[in-house]
Amino acid sequence: MQNESRKQWLSYLATADENYLISLWDNLNMKIEYNWLREPEIGSIMVQGKAGATGDNFNVGEVTITRCSLNLDKKIQGHGYVQGRNKYKSKIAALCDALMQTEKKEIIKRNIIDKLIKYKNNKRNEILSKTEATKVDFFTLVRGEDK
Amino acid sequence: MYVSVKGGEKAINNAHSWLSEIRRGDVNIAELNIKQISEQLTLSVDRVMSEGSLYDKDLSALAIKQSRGDLIEAIFLMRAYRTTLPRIGSSKPIETSKMLCLRRISATFKDIPGKQKLGPTFDYTHRLLNFKLLADGEYEKAKIEKYDDKEIPHVLSFLNKEGLIQKEIPSGKTSKDITRNPINFPLTRSERLQSLSRGDEGFLLGLAYSTQRGYARNHAFVGELRTGYVEVQFEIPELGIEINIADVMFTECESVNQFKGSKKIPAQFTRGYGLVFGQLERKAISMALVDRSMRWKEFGEEYLGVAAQDEEFVISHCDNIQATGFLEHIKLPHYVDFQAELDLVRKIREEYNKNEQRI
Repeated sequence: MQNESRKQWLSYLATADENYLISLWDNLNMKIEYNWLREPEIGSIMVQGKAGATGDNFNVGEVTITRCSLNLDKKIQGHGYVQGRNKYKSKIAALCDALMQTEKKEIIKRNIIDKLIKYKNNKRNEILSKTEATKVDFFTLVRGEDK
Repeated sequence: MYVSVKGGEKAINNAHSWLSEIRRGDVNIAELNIKQISEQLTLSVDRVMSEGSLYDKDLSALAIKQSRGDLIEAIFLMRAYRTTLPRIGSSKPIETSKMLCLRRISATFKDIPGKQKLGPTFDYTHRLLNFKLLADGEYEKAKIEKYDDKEIPHVLSFLNKEGLIQKEIPSGKTSKDITRNPINFPLTRSERLQSLSRGDEGFLLGLAYSTQRGYARNHAFVGELRTGYVEVQFEIPELGIEINIADVMFTECESVNQFKGSKKIPAQFTRGYGLVFGQLERKAISMALVDRSMRWKEFGEEYLGVAAQDEEFVISHCDNIQATGFLEHIKLPHYVDFQAELDLVRKIREEYNKNEQRI
C-alpha cells in the first residue's frame, strides 16, 4: 500500500483545525455507509522529549487524542486518530481515510486533503513571515579609539 | 471513643451555589466564554496545560473559567481530568531542531545561523500600564517580511563541534513514567526532567534564582531559548504507520554553565535543559537552571548542601498539586485529632499543677 501518501493524509487529518475540517466535510454532503470497528473514544498520548534536545528520552506531558475505526465493507478500513477531543472530527478523519482507498479518492483529495494542506501551509507562512519581521539586524558603531 | 460527625450538607450545597453565582459575577457584564479565554489569556492557558501536564487549550480555558482564574485550582482540575483518560500510547521523541519558531534567541552568540528572532515578547517593553487597552479594542497588526524556510539548528550544536561543551548522548538508561510509578530516589535525569516540566513555575523560579545568588555555584547563560510548534509523531498501532498526530507549542531553553573540570572531565561548558508546553519562558529557563544544579554528581562537582542541588528536596516539593493538597487539607475538620491533643495538654497541665502544689 502507498504508505507515504497515507501517512501524509492521516497527518493532515489529525492536525486539522476541527471546525475547518467539519465544514469541508459537511459541504460535501456525502452519505456513506459504514460499520464501527471502534467507536470514537477520547484518550491521551504521552509526548516524549529528549534531554538537551539530543540525549535520553523523557516524558514531557500528555496531549488529548480521539480515535475511532470503521469499515466501509469487509476490505476497506478507515482509522481516525486526531488531536483533541472532538468525536465528529475523528469520525470524519476515519471516513476520509477509508474513502481515500476507494474510487472516491479524487473527491476527498481535492475537496478535503488538498485544502487542509493549503490551510496548514498558510498558517506556517503567516508565522514564518511574522517571525522574520522580528529578526534582529545587528550593527556595530565605530568607536573613537579605533581611529 | 470515635464519634463520627455528620452534618453540614446544606451548608456545603449552599456554599457551592454561592460559588457558582460569584463566579458569574455581575450579570450586567457579558459572560466570558471559553474561546475568549483560550485566545486572549493564552499564557494562563499555557501555564495550566504545562503544570496540568495535559495539552488541550479548550480544557485549560474551561478549567480557568471554572476556578475563577485561580491557576493552581485550574491545574488541579486538569490533573484530575487527565487521570480519567485512557493512555493510547507514547509519541516518538520530538525533534525541537525542526520547530516552527515564533521566537528564537541566544544570549551567548550574536551571529547565529537562523539569526535572533524576538517573536511576540514582553522583553524591551517599558512595563507601563497601557491605558489604551482600557478604552478600546484597538491593536497593532504584526508586521511581515519575506523569509527563508530553513531548519534552525540548535545554537549549542556549534560549541559541540569544537568539543567545548559537554555532549548530550543517550545513556541507554530506562526511565519510569512518574505518573505511573512511585518515585524512588535517586532518580534518573529523565525522571527529574519529567517532574520539573510539570513542576510549579513559582517554586522553580525561586530555586533557579537561588542558584544565581550563590546557593550552588552556577553562573548560567541562556545559550538558546526558542518557542514554537513541534510536530508530535505517533505510530498508529493498527497500521504501523507513523503520523504527525498533533502540533504542540513548546518553549525550550538550553543553559550554558562554565565548568572548571573535575577528576572525571576536563574544563568545558555544561548544560541545563528546560522544555515545557506553551510559551512559558520564565519556567523553561528556571527548569534549565535547576536541572543543571541537580547534575552535580554526574559532573563530579562538590555538593554544597544547598536546596537546588538536592533532588529529593526539589522533586518532592516542586509539584504544586501535591503541595497544595497537603497544605490545604489542614483547613478541613480535624476535630478528633485536635480533641486528642487537647486532652493530652490538659492532662500534662494537671500533673504539672499537682507537682507545683507538692513543692
